[in-house]
Amino acid sequence: MSLRIVVTVKYVPDATGDRHFADDLTVDRDDVDGLLSELDEYAVEQALQIAEDADDAEITVLTIGPEDAKDALRKALSMGADKAIHVEDDDLHGTDAIGTSLVLAKAIEKAGYDLVISGMASTDGTMGVVPALVAERLGVPQVTLLSEVSVEDGTVKGRRDGDSASEQLEASLPAVVSVTDQSGEARYPSFKGIMAAKKKPVTAWDLSDLDIEAEEVGLEGAYTVVDSAAERPARTAGTIVKDEGEGGKQLAEFLAGQKFI
Amino acid sequence: MAEVLVYVDHVDGAVRKPTLELLTLARRIGEPVAVALGAGAADTAAALAEHGATRVLTADAPEFADYLVVPKVDALQAAYESVSPAAVLIPSSAEGKEIAARLAVRIGSGIITDAVDLEAGDEGPVATQSVFAAAFSTKSRVSKGTPVITVKPNSAAVEAAPAAGAVEALSVTFSDQATGTKITSRTPRESTGRPELTEAAIVVSGGRGVNGAENFTIIEALADSLGAAVGASRAAVDAGWYPHSNQVGQTGKSVSPQLYIASGISGAIQHRAGMQTSKTIVAVNKDAEAPIFDLVDYGVVGDLFEVVPQLTEEIKTRKG
Ligand SMILES: Cc1cc2nc3c(=O)[nH]c(=O)nc-3n(C[C@H](O)[C@H](O)[C@H](O)COP(=O)(O)OP(=O)(O)OC[C@H]3O[C@@H](n4cnc5c(N)ncnc54)[C@H](O)[C@@H]3O)c2cc1C
Ligand SMILES: Nc1ncnc2c1ncn2[C@@H]1O[C@H](COP(=O)(O)O)[C@@H](O)[C@H]1O
Repeated sequence: MSLRIVVTVKYVPDATGDRHFADDLTVDRDDVDGLLSELDEYAVEQALQIAEDADDAEITVLTIGPEDAKDALRKALSMGADKAIHVEDDDLHGTDAIGTSLVLAKAIEKAGYDLVISGMASTDGTMGVVPALVAERLGVPQVTLLSEVSVEDGTVKGRRDGDSASEQLEASLPAVVSVTDQSGEARYPSFKGIMAAKKKPVTAWDLSDLDIEAEEVGLEGAYTVVDSAAERPARTAGTIVKDEGEGGKQLAEFLAGQKFI
Repeated sequence: MAEVLVYVDHVDGAVRKPTLELLTLARRIGEPVAVALGAGAADTAAALAEHGATRVLTADAPEFADYLVVPKVDALQAAYESVSPAAVLIPSSAEGKEIAARLAVRIGSGIITDAVDLEAGDEGPVATQSVFAAAFSTKSRVSKGTPVITVKPNSAAVEAAPAAGAVEALSVTFSDQATGTKITSRTPRESTGRPELTEAAIVVSGGRGVNGAENFTIIEALADSLGAAVGASRAAVDAGWYPHSNQVGQTGKSVSPQLYIASGISGAIQHRAGMQTSKTIVAVNKDAEAPIFDLVDYGVVGDLFEVVPQLTEEIKTRKG
């Protein structure tokens, strides 16, 4: 039987752009170009490698996001994923992590899966909690933050480098995996891949397709509220000196003045 | 007064500093009740009592060490049900965030991660977060359920506030999910004898400019002269010059020390994301145009191979 892999990918504002908040204190997606979160490229890459090692596998990329989020799906398809699902609904605007995990879990169940692969964190929200939330909701093992991953005979194995130890993990499928940026460089889409992606199917679902009520998601349904967002005051310009042979000593003088020495 | 659950991060009973900081923040909201799990859990009580824990709920079982995350969620949920707290505070480690997330779904609550400050508010605790690579600072609240909040290290000063710290056994029934992900082996990270990166008062980091694993001894010598932790940029880690556990930035550790010294680091947005909230920032870089200089309190435009050893020597001389 075919190994069904669902990769969750997020469309995010470019981190090197000037990211801002909109008036309703959600992430402003208008001013900054969006792209497939770089950290989700690692998830797509591991899915491709696992699929290559399996006899028969199918990779579906799944995103929840606005119209433009199709770009993220196209990129993943051009890397080599087989098909895509785009969950889009006006009522999703402002959905928080709890709501996102609800929608992802419903969509993953509807799509059918043996293995879910996510990125370690989104580059805009940077919470790093959605994979654990999705695993909790699906009631399947979470095998997260892996820097190495493999699947064999219905078992997923991987290495998780934690704060105090490096751990080897093991779980039976179905399972939710997340991979870090240590898991291996993501491939670039080839020209052939980009052309092929144009013909790959992208299924669109809205909330009613997933039996989710509007009140459960979006800004209204959010479990958290942002009361204010303030630009951090620019750091006051510091002293910059050119080393003319005494740079180290000058720096020591500064540190002593700040009582660090 | 309402009770606040504080999840204890400890190693065989030795409480890690971020947990003591959490107790300081917890006291702004209510009476801290600590939850310590795993081997040595009861040994945490003295330190926790010293810093304000009125009660210390403890549980130990092989599941905590043998399976990933979920057994701890089961235990924290048991503590939540027995205490009915006003909030649940958890240190913002990778594991802490996952525990917090799963607990939040189970108890129907919202979750806030990576708070850098916490105050009591009319509608529940208000968390300050630093977002978009620390370009913005937001204030947020959990609006449904009992707030579950993870807090970054170095977000509050550790304060002694002696309390009873009465140890109570927590009874935990593990869920079906608890044994889903087996930890088949564990290799502890070797101690370098240097302070923990996320907890250190001073961090000394090196980047691509350090140009080789062997040259990191220059960075380490500076760090040791200041009693500092050593950090590295992703470029230095990817080149194999320094372990990934020392990476500072978006996909590494986020640090907020009193002093951050960057040498041979350009200051890319992803690196800034992990160090921009440091109190004092100092950089050595031979390129006067490097973006890191936009952040610094003091910067030296120069060759790190000249400047850093001279700095280290001068510090040693001054310290005598
Ligand atoms: C999704 C994602 C996540 C990322 N996460 C992280 C992260 O967590 N942490 C991180 O650091 N990066 C991260 N990066 C990478 C980041 O974008 C930069 O590539 C990286 O920070 C660059 O490291 P660097 O400053 O050491 O190297 P460079 O940008 O190459 O800078 C080296 C600097 O050293 C200076 N230099 C060279 N020789 C000398 C000398 N002899 N003396 C003095 N100065 C010298 C040069 O002038 C230059 O400014 C991430 C990128 C992505 C896309
Ligand atoms: N809107 C979304 N659509 C699809 N996947 C998502 C979305 N948000 C988060 N994810 C997945 O969850 C991971 C962690 O995200 P986060 O918890 O937001 O940092 C990401 O790397 C994605 O794989």
